[in-house]
Amino acid sequence: MVYENPDGVRIGLEVHVQLNKLNTKLFCGCSTNYHDSEPNTHVCPVCLGLPGSLPVINEKAVEFAIKIGLALNCNIVEQTQFHRKNYYYPDLPKGFQTTQYDFPIAGEGKIVIEGEDGERVIRITRAHMEEDPGRLQHMGSIDKSKGTLINYNRSGMTLIEIVSEPDMRSPKEARRYLDKLRSILDYLDVFDGDLEGAMRVDANVSVYMGERVEVKNISSFKGAERALLYEIMRQKNHIRRGGEITLETRHFDEARGVTLSMRTKETENDYRYFPEPDLVPLRVADWVPEVLKTLPELPDAKRDRFIKEYGIIDMHARALTTEIKVANFYEEVASKVDPKAAAVWVADILKGELNYRDLNVDAFTVEDIVSVIELVTSNKITEQSGVEIIRAVLDNGGKPQDIVKEKGLLKVEDDIVAKAVEEAIAENPEAVADYRAGKEKSLNFIVGKVMQKTKGRADAREAREKLLAKLDE
Amino acid sequence: MITKEEVEHVGWLARIEIDAKQSDAYAVKLNSVLDYFGQLDEVDTENVPPTYHVADIVNVFRKDVVQESMPQEDVLANTENKQEGNFKAPRIM
Amino acid sequence: MAAWTDISGIIQKIADSSAEEVTAAYIETIGKSRINGFTTVWDEAINVAREIDAKGHAGPLAGVPIAIKENISTKGLSTTCSSKILQGYVPPYDAHVIERLKEAGAVILGKTNMDEFAMGTSTESSCYGPTFNPWDMDRVPGGSSGGSAAVVAAGEAPVSLGSDTGGSVRCPAAFCGVVGLKPTYGCISRYGLISYANSLEQIGPLATNVADIATIMDVVAGYDHRDSTSINRENTYSDALKDDVKGMKIGVPDEYFGEGIDKDVEKSVWDAIGKFEDMGATYEKVSMPHTKYALASYYIIAMSEASSNLARFDGTRYGLRTEGENWHVMASKTRAEGFGTEVKRRILLGTYALSAGYHDKYYLKALKVRTLVKQDFDKALANVDVLMAPTMPTPAFKIGEKIEDPLSLYLADVNTVPVNLAGVPSISVPCGFAGDMPVGLQIIGKHFDENTIIKAAYSFEQNTDHNSRRPPEVA
Repeated sequence: MVYENPDGVRIGLEVHVQLNKLNTKLFCGCSTNYHDSEPNTHVCPVCLGLPGSLPVINEKAVEFAIKIGLALNCNIVEQTQFHRKNYYYPDLPKGFQTTQYDFPIAGEGKIVIEGEDGERVIRITRAHMEEDPGRLQHMGSIDKSKGTLINYNRSGMTLIEIVSEPDMRSPKEARRYLDKLRSILDYLDVFDGDLEGAMRVDANVSVYMGERVEVKNISSFKGAERALLYEIMRQKNHIRRGGEITLETRHFDEARGVTLSMRTKETENDYRYFPEPDLVPLRVADWVPEVLKTLPELPDAKRDRFIKEYGIIDMHARALTTEIKVANFYEEVASKVDPKAAAVWVADILKGELNYRDLNVDAFTVEDIVSVIELVTSNKITEQSGVEIIRAVLDNGGKPQDIVKEKGLLKVEDDIVAKAVEEAIAENPEAVADYRAGKEKSLNFIVGKVMQKTKGRADAREAREKLLAKLDE
Repeated sequence: MITKEEVEHVGWLARIEIDAKQSDAYAVKLNSVLDYFGQLDEVDTENVPPTYHVADIVNVFRKDVVQESMPQEDVLANTENKQEGNFKAPRIM
Repeated sequence: MAAWTDISGIIQKIADSSAEEVTAAYIETIGKSRINGFTTVWDEAINVAREIDAKGHAGPLAGVPIAIKENISTKGLSTTCSSKILQGYVPPYDAHVIERLKEAGAVILGKTNMDEFAMGTSTESSCYGPTFNPWDMDRVPGGSSGGSAAVVAAGEAPVSLGSDTGGSVRCPAAFCGVVGLKPTYGCISRYGLISYANSLEQIGPLATNVADIATIMDVVAGYDHRDSTSINRENTYSDALKDDVKGMKIGVPDEYFGEGIDKDVEKSVWDAIGKFEDMGATYEKVSMPHTKYALASYYIIAMSEASSNLARFDGTRYGLRTEGENWHVMASKTRAEGFGTEVKRRILLGTYALSAGYHDKYYLKALKVRTLVKQDFDKALANVDVLMAPTMPTPAFKIGEKIEDPLSLYLADVNTVPVNLAGVPSISVPCGFAGDMPVGLQIIGKHFDENTIIKAAYSFEQNTDHNSRRPPEVA
């Protein structure tokens, strides 16, 4: 099936990734660990832009940037330098942002996502390094506020801006792209995506191959999907009413779920880029072989290996390799029990229970899931009981073996089931007669009676089979 | 020739308020300097690379090691415009 | 305090009395000054001197007073670039050179006047009013480090630090009859120097004699990891203090004796070159054909960089704030009020030169011409050891004479700016008088070959008596 893209939607994304796993900022030694700190306590003359201060590049930040470029299948530039992007904004303490311009550290890459109609390649235009501005807090709404509070703790954090081609055809594909990007970055161990502001998105959106509109200020993945759905609808409605889409920048208002035009003098920018005279060029091409060696197995490669090595289905392999933590967890489990059973339990059941509770895989131990799987595969408990144990561990803690005992979940003996079946038939002659007369529903009623008598410890499927055998005698 | 309007535009880009009366005077002085700069047009710079840095050095880095930040009090010491540890500025738009 | 005391004389005095007494004597002298060279005298100076006395005068400059230009950051001491926009700004940190001076035991006397943001050749554009030339109170001291040169000439400080973006140490040194050095780009850390044009400028010392220049260089020069353009290279400058120029090859570029040169200046410089011949050196004429384009190239680059460097002065975090209905209006009003006319002109021109449509015509073109100017130096210095020329084409001009006409002021820098474009070192030494005003001889060297120009300057000083004459305004 080919996706027709009826509205001619084209979406390109610019994703700002904050490399918060570095110890220090991009141009100074201030700690990156500011998220729970008082305002303006993680700043120095450099990131505060005090007169006379000078930047010095964090070597590790460059290494991380190269790593990201390689993971996105990009070409790494031979030589580059930082530029000044000149514009005035109160979050920018120097009156310019130090960024890369004509030679981004990484150019022309691609990543593969699960598109509307199967695998789809999204081209990466470039990935470049730049510094994060400070953080503004509007006292009221942006246009009617009484003032602005500025905290420069974030100022100077290393950002990688990853720019894609407009290769996505729906908000869903955009979401998949973002998920995939996050997955890759997660594998590289360069950032903690759970920290506030770790990934920020600007989107270019157009319909019917028309002019593109830039949507800024999208701060979450969920927000991205909502912003795009709104913006596509808005453009379609506008055109239907005879309007024309013109090149513009719009601001996503997360609270209202709408995009607002920013047609102010402020957007008339001329950034007057020029090379930062306080920094010397970077010649990094010869770092590539070394960095390449540190590159871990990435999600796609891991998925392919899981399918081959563990004989699991594609759907499970994908689910297990999205997050590196889950993949590692699975591999440990698979080394102890049947890998296929492990895939079902980790990918289908455990992940579902974790997502429902907004927890990650750290909330469960390999030992516990192995216990659950062993109990089920050795036929000691039912699958349903296995799920119940997982829920109990997550909600109240405890070990699976103890929970089995506390809740009396061990499967009952065969003869008890057999006895219950006989009793149920004897005590419900009407239902038996109905079943024999062709009323299938009556069978369920008798199965229910059997379950009642065994207090639910019988396996329902097994009970049904035994009942049928008896009735057909 | 830089026009009065261009002076005002550049003034906005540089965030320097210039009123209509001043922009005329600025235009005159700026044009005399720009005229002088125009003499560079005579120089043949075909195949001449630009010199951004006189020193031919590359790859100057810092290790990713944390240095102490400034106390909040020092950070805010040079302004009266502060609130709860933040700098305070007028609204943006 | 006897004026024009050199560092060794001061160290002797400190040994005989105390650092406290020496510092107090300078502060008293400054108190009587009429030249407006200092903007601030540091109220901690006496306490620092007292501590140095208590600690027993450790360090090569123990107790030696020094004056610092207004654009070099000093912790706890106002640093304003002589601009209204930085009124009240007190840096929370010391510039690298200040750290080095303090470690060496120097006593910071205070801050010296300058052209606002170092943009000028006359020290007239300061928000503190002009500094006067101690040789003639009607004349400018040169600029932009006019305060740093004038206070040394007037005996209000034995040595000082200035900064040289396009001649701002050498010009006032020449106009005030003192010695001033612009080191090779990358020689002294710029950390803490408030940028005017980053790719061109260096901090440089001013003193009454060449030996003191070398002594200060031994303290302040050297690698600093906080300045990415700082070069890691060891050198002892005082090793160059030898009276020996035998066999030294001097190049004299014709282009530095161009239109508008003062006849007395020209004569003094040729006399000096004659003196070098007498001392055993030889000279030849060299040609540096792109010199006439250096000025335009320099100003475009400096203004472009400045337009960006000065963007941070927006009224938000420090300095002046003029309220407005929103942040952008506040910033525009603050900058309109806080910057002086010349600074605004340069920001506007620099913004224009970098803006869409003009970037290639002005900024990029200027950088290409810079390459040609640099090549002129490479070629000329391939065959000779040093270049010699007038530092300034004229002696100090009258206050008010050029301030209304920016272009005429820019043209005064014709002999100093090429050096900054090329990044080579250059020293200005007194070499005579034009009327009653001092004339400076500029000696230019190869990259990081400060020692050769220091040796040449020192030898010249040892064999002449140009700096025996004292200005009338010595307190």
